[in-house]
Amino acid sequence: MNKNVSFDDIVEHLSNGHLWDFKGGIHPSENKAQSNTSGIDQLPIPATLYVPVNQHLGANGELAVSVGDKVAKGQALTKSNSANTLPVHAPTSGTVEAIETHPSAHPSGIPELSIKIATDGQDQAVPSMAINDFLNADKQTLINAICQAGISGMGGAGFPSHIKSDVNKEVEFLIINGVECEPYITADDRLMREHAWQIRQGIDIIKTIVCPKQIVIAIEDNKPEALAAMKVACNQHSDYKVVAIPTKYPSGGEKQLIQVLTSREVPNAGLPIDVGCLMFNVGTCYAIADAIIEGKPLTQRVVTVTGGAIGKPKNVWAMLGTPVKHLLEYCEFDHSKQQHARVIMGGSMMGFTLSSAQAPIIKTSNCIIAPTTDELPNLGTERACIRCSACADACPVQLLPQQLYWYSKAKEYQTAQGYDLFDCIECGACAYVCPSEIPLVHYYRQAKSEIRQHQDEKQQADKAKLRFEARKQRLEKEKQAREEKHRLASEARKQKMQQSGVSAKDKIAAALARAKAKKLANQQQIKTPEPDVKPTTDDKDDAK
Amino acid sequence: MTTLNLASSPHHHNKRDIGAVMRMVLYAAIPGIVTQTIFFGFGVLIQIALAVTTAIACEALILEWRKKDVERACKDYSAVVCAVLLAISIPPLAPWWIIVIGTSFAIVIVKQLYGGLGYNLFNPAMAGYVMLLVSFPVQMTAWLPPQTLSDVDLSFVDAMYTVFTGFTASGYSIEQLREMVDGITGATPLDHVKTSLSQGYIISEAVITPILDGSYGRGWIWVSLAYLMGGLLLLKTNIIKWQIPVSMLLSATLVSFVLYLVDTSTHASPLFHLVNGSLMLGAFFIATDPVSAATTNKGRIIFGAAIGFWVVVIRTWGAYPDAVAFAVLFMNMAVPLIDYYTKPRTYGHASARSERPEQ
Repeated sequence: MNKNVSFDDIVEHLSNGHLWDFKGGIHPSENKAQSNTSGIDQLPIPATLYVPVNQHLGANGELAVSVGDKVAKGQALTKSNSANTLPVHAPTSGTVEAIETHPSAHPSGIPELSIKIATDGQDQAVPSMAINDFLNADKQTLINAICQAGISGMGGAGFPSHIKSDVNKEVEFLIINGVECEPYITADDRLMREHAWQIRQGIDIIKTIVCPKQIVIAIEDNKPEALAAMKVACNQHSDYKVVAIPTKYPSGGEKQLIQVLTSREVPNAGLPIDVGCLMFNVGTCYAIADAIIEGKPLTQRVVTVTGGAIGKPKNVWAMLGTPVKHLLEYCEFDHSKQQHARVIMGGSMMGFTLSSAQAPIIKTSNCIIAPTTDELPNLGTERACIRCSACADACPVQLLPQQLYWYSKAKEYQTAQGYDLFDCIECGACAYVCPSEIPLVHYYRQAKSEIRQHQDEKQQADKAKLRFEARKQRLEKEKQAREEKHRLASEARKQKMQQSGVSAKDKIAAALARAKAKKLANQQQIKTPEPDVKPTTDDKDDAK
Repeated sequence: MTTLNLASSPHHHNKRDIGAVMRMVLYAAIPGIVTQTIFFGFGVLIQIALAVTTAIACEALILEWRKKDVERACKDYSAVVCAVLLAISIPPLAPWWIIVIGTSFAIVIVKQLYGGLGYNLFNPAMAGYVMLLVSFPVQMTAWLPPQTLSDVDLSFVDAMYTVFTGFTASGYSIEQLREMVDGITGATPLDHVKTSLSQGYIISEAVITPILDGSYGRGWIWVSLAYLMGGLLLLKTNIIKWQIPVSMLLSATLVSFVLYLVDTSTHASPLFHLVNGSLMLGAFFIATDPVSAATTNKGRIIFGAAIGFWVVVIRTWGAYPDAVAFAVLFMNMAVPLIDYYTKPRTYGHASARSERPEQ
């Protein structure tokens, strides 16, 4: 682990304009020029919004509205009732028409619970609850406000921002991620160009909460306008450093960016804070400023709509819950340019294909690509691996993708884990360079999900085993208790008998008498058979 | 718009498939093949044509039998690369059945019976070469002197006749063709020096021969340089990585230099080793075969260095004058072991060893 480079050395290194590098990486065609030349448009309010109850990494909030309710812009639709839940808000005013499942903005496309809002076009908002003097505000108040505004990481993973900012370790570097390394996406680029000032205000707020020693704003050097805008917005602050980093995919990955800026590696199974780093996306900073200074919860975001089949590729402000179809139509999507209809949510490297154009925009949706058939052709049928290791050279995590592929395919999951399968960030660099066109990431995802399933099953089996053993133990205990009770009872009887003075002699006499009576009864039975009468056993008599 | 097509990420590809990689290898071999043809005659091209035809026929037959997509598999050009590498390694006027047997063996046994492309343990071209060398030593060592030293001018027709009948159109046998102007039978520089040493000559005496110009084999040096050029092209286009060729050439230089320092009279100079025989071809075109080489960067350095070592050792003490094929096959066997012990450290892990894969 490269924790040996000290804070001062890193700051000096950065001040001299030097950076580190991460191994691997690729240079795919950027395809950003199509969409980054015009300003961000405000998308017209769609007739219907489908706001999914869960749009972040964590649990669902508790529903706060019911069907038929009138809602205003910014009104909370769900409540955060535990640490890892986030509320969602009504992006505009209207009526809750239904609360039902709707196709999700998720690779699986599995329908999930969404609040269907029929918009009224009035866009009436609830009164805002801005915290004007945030510099002197209590840290916990700010964190709480960020949580109540429903803000989660807008770069991709959707991790709740209030959890991230509630750190109790020292933050050496607060890193603001404006790298946007994935092809096609220009949402952060446009946001930085047009709203650098507000992004800086967001950074100010985070700074107030986490008190970092140094703030670094990292932007890839293919975005000179965004770099210039951020530099202007930050030039009053000596502790804000705007850094241009070389264009290479995936330098915007959290771990890779930390490595580029500080040379430190986030330990396996650790968090960036373990190496003194904390990272926020520029879009998240913008949303935080909105929430604190304007009192507006997160209800819209910038989405890049691009690809060869889009007539007017551009960036738009889209309300969360807007069906993708609405964006496509607004940007003049042309069906005839696609042989097989295909819409990608996210970039061309890590995005996923949507199963329905009705799927909504959510907090993490940064891009919609509708490529022409030739633009991003589907992979040909995979050929045999020729062991060329181009994948290993491209891997930013220094895995051996080829070995992972063999072991994942052969379902030798133990060995695959030995080759650090779970360190794969699924950036897709390996599959991008594979001359055999093997969908490597697909194999890893499958292996990971099967391993997780095995683990779940094992956990459940372990639980069942525990339960079974507990039951066995309980039964055993009960049996012992019963036996003990019987033993005590019989001892008590014996004692009682001894106390009442019945001697062994009497007992023998009594037994003899009984035997005699029995004999007699038997003889009688032979004479007049009476099947109903049964001789009583000696044991029973003894027990009496 | 109701049904959307689904695909797994990434949706981007750099559009360089196996066919493109293999074709690039073939293009990079062109300078070497042209130079070899200039110095050793049209036999080189005839051997290539025979080998490629045999390879494609064998590949198609086996794939048909294994019920695979024949056309698709043949389009990956891997059989062609294998055939070309074998064809340029054998004497240009060797009888036609030599290359046919060698190529069939390489494709059918070494490549396809192990599971086809990607599954072969050994380098098919070199396994074919060694099989031929061991089985048909006479034909496989019948190299001609470079054309510039020969008193017979070989035409294309002569080459055809010799390959198919053993005699040129005007009736020269291969043995007669190997005789040079001064009546000495031609041999490769490596062969010549090895024979001279065994006859009690020292190196400085052995190199005084028309086929050698100091350390440089006449013709051979140009062939080596042409393959070096092709190799640099492969490096430039990122088809191969530097580890194997550099470590192989460095280690061969180092080992021969040490031997040379020990005794200059019985050990040839590093330069002699580098420019003669198939070391250049081997370093850039043969040892770099991805399927049978080591796959980790550290592993590739070990793999290449070991091949360089064995090449000089076998050339010096072995029974055969050249050794690239033996060295490559030998190290092919060690690849799983090398790969296993050279796993790189994953990002965020303390060491590569901390979580060793269980096997």
